[in-house]
Amino acid sequence: MPETAWNYWNLIKFNEHERADGTMMLLMRKDQCMHCADPGCLAACPADAAIVQYANGIVDFQEEHCIGCGYCMTGCPFNIPKFDPPSRKVFKCTLCNDRVSVGLEPACIKACPTGCLHFGTKSEMKELAETRAAQLRVNSGFQDAGVYDPAGVGGTHVIYVLHDAKNPELYGGLPKDPHIPWSVKLWKQPLKWIGNFGMIFGVVGVFIHYLRFGPKVVKEDEQESHGGNQ
Amino acid sequence: MSSEPYLLPNGRVLRYSFRERLVHWLAGISYLYLLLTGLAFWSPWLYWIAIVLGGATISRELHPWFGLVFVVGVSLMYRMWHRQMRETPSDKAWWAAIGHYIRNEDDQIPSADRFNPGQKLLFWGFFWNGLVLLLSGLILWLPQYIPWNLRFLRLAAVFIHPVCALATIALFIIHVYMGTAMERGAFGSVIRGDVSRAWADHHHHTWYQQLLRNSAERK
Repeated sequence: MPETAWNYWNLIKFNEHERADGTMMLLMRKDQCMHCADPGCLAACPADAAIVQYANGIVDFQEEHCIGCGYCMTGCPFNIPKFDPPSRKVFKCTLCNDRVSVGLEPACIKACPTGCLHFGTKSEMKELAETRAAQLRVNSGFQDAGVYDPAGVGGTHVIYVLHDAKNPELYGGLPKDPHIPWSVKLWKQPLKWIGNFGMIFGVVGVFIHYLRFGPKVVKEDEQESHGGNQ
Repeated sequence: MSSEPYLLPNGRVLRYSFRERLVHWLAGISYLYLLLTGLAFWSPWLYWIAIVLGGATISRELHPWFGLVFVVGVSLMYRMWHRQMRETPSDKAWWAAIGHYIRNEDDQIPSADRFNPGQKLLFWGFFWNGLVLLLSGLILWLPQYIPWNLRFLRLAAVFIHPVCALATIALFIIHVYMGTAMERGAFGSVIRGDVSRAWADHHHHTWYQQLLRNSAERK
C-alpha cells in the first residue's frame, strides 16, 4: 500500500473490501496528518521550536528549525512525517496553516467537489460527524458506523466517519488505538528524570567524595620526587 | 602484550605506550563530542550545547560519524587490552574491599595487576554499552530506511540508546574524577605515559613486581 511522502501529504488510500455477506465495498480514506491533540511527533522531537502545536489544534513543522533526526517519524503512530534526503528535513501536512491563519479553509477542503470534506471548529465537526454516523446507522444499515477520533492521542483534529468504526484497520491501516509509543513515553518521562538525577548525583557525589577523602596519596612518591629534585 | 611497558632509565615506569595513549584519546575526544551533542538532544535545557558546537543540524549530522570514530577507538582498545582486562579469581576480593578503596585505605586493598577490577569494569562497561550504542545508533542514524513494519526497531532504539549512554556517563564521571583528581599521577600516565615507581608499586603492585622480575630475568 502506498504511503504519504515528504512532498505528498495527502494520499487517498483505496481498499476493495469483501464483506461477510459476499458483497464488495470500496473503502477510500484520505490519509494525512491527523493533527493529534497529544502528538507523538512533538513528544519525540529534540529540536527547539521545530514542531509547533497551535491553539487551533494544527500541528506544524518548522523546517528551518528541523535538524533531520527523524525522531518524529518514530513518535508518530500514523506513519505520517517523511524524510527528504537532499534537504535532510522532515515534512508533513500543515493543514494549510498559512491559509487557515488568514481565515481560509485548507486547500483539500476547498477543492473537494462533493462535500465529502468539511472544515470548522472541532465541536461543530464532531457534531456533524456524529449526525452523519447516526444517519448511516439508521438509514443505511451500517450498524457499526461511527466517528474516528481516537482518545489514545487525546483526539485528533482530522476526524473520519467510518461505516465500520469497529475495524478502522480496513481503511488503509488506520490504527485502532493509536497512542504515543510506550518507548517514547518511557524515554521522555521516567528515564529523563532518572538520568538527570543520576548525572547530577554523580557529579556532586564525586565532588563530595573529594572533599571528604581527597586524593590517594602515594607516600614514597613524595620522598622520591623531593629527592629527585634536589 | 604488543608493547611491553618497561622500567625507564630515568627511574620512572612506562605505564601506557604511545600507541595506547593515542588510542585512548581517539576514543576519549570522540566520546566527549558524542557526550556533548548527545546531551544537547537529551534535554531542551542543554540544547544550547549543540548551538555552541556549530548548530544543531551539524551536531545531528556529525554525531553518528563521531560515533564511528569512537567505535574504532574502542575496537583498538579491545585488541590491545582485552587479555589484561579478563576477570581473574582475585577480583572478588578486590570488590569485597571496595569500601576501603573508596575511603582511601589503600593498605587494605588486595594488590592489583596492570588493571584493577574497577578499571576492568570501566573497560567492559564501555565495550558492551558501546556495542549496543552502535547498533541502536545505526537505526537512529538512518530511520528512513527502517520500514514501518519493522518500526519496533526504531522504537527500541530511541529508548535503548539513551539508557546505554547514561550507563557510560556514570562510568565516565567516575573515570574522569579518578583519572584527574583522585589518583594523582594517573592523568600524566595517559598524557606522557610514565608514572613513578612508587605509584606503580602502590596502585598496581602485582604488575610492577612482574615488571621487576621480567627486567631481572633480562639482565
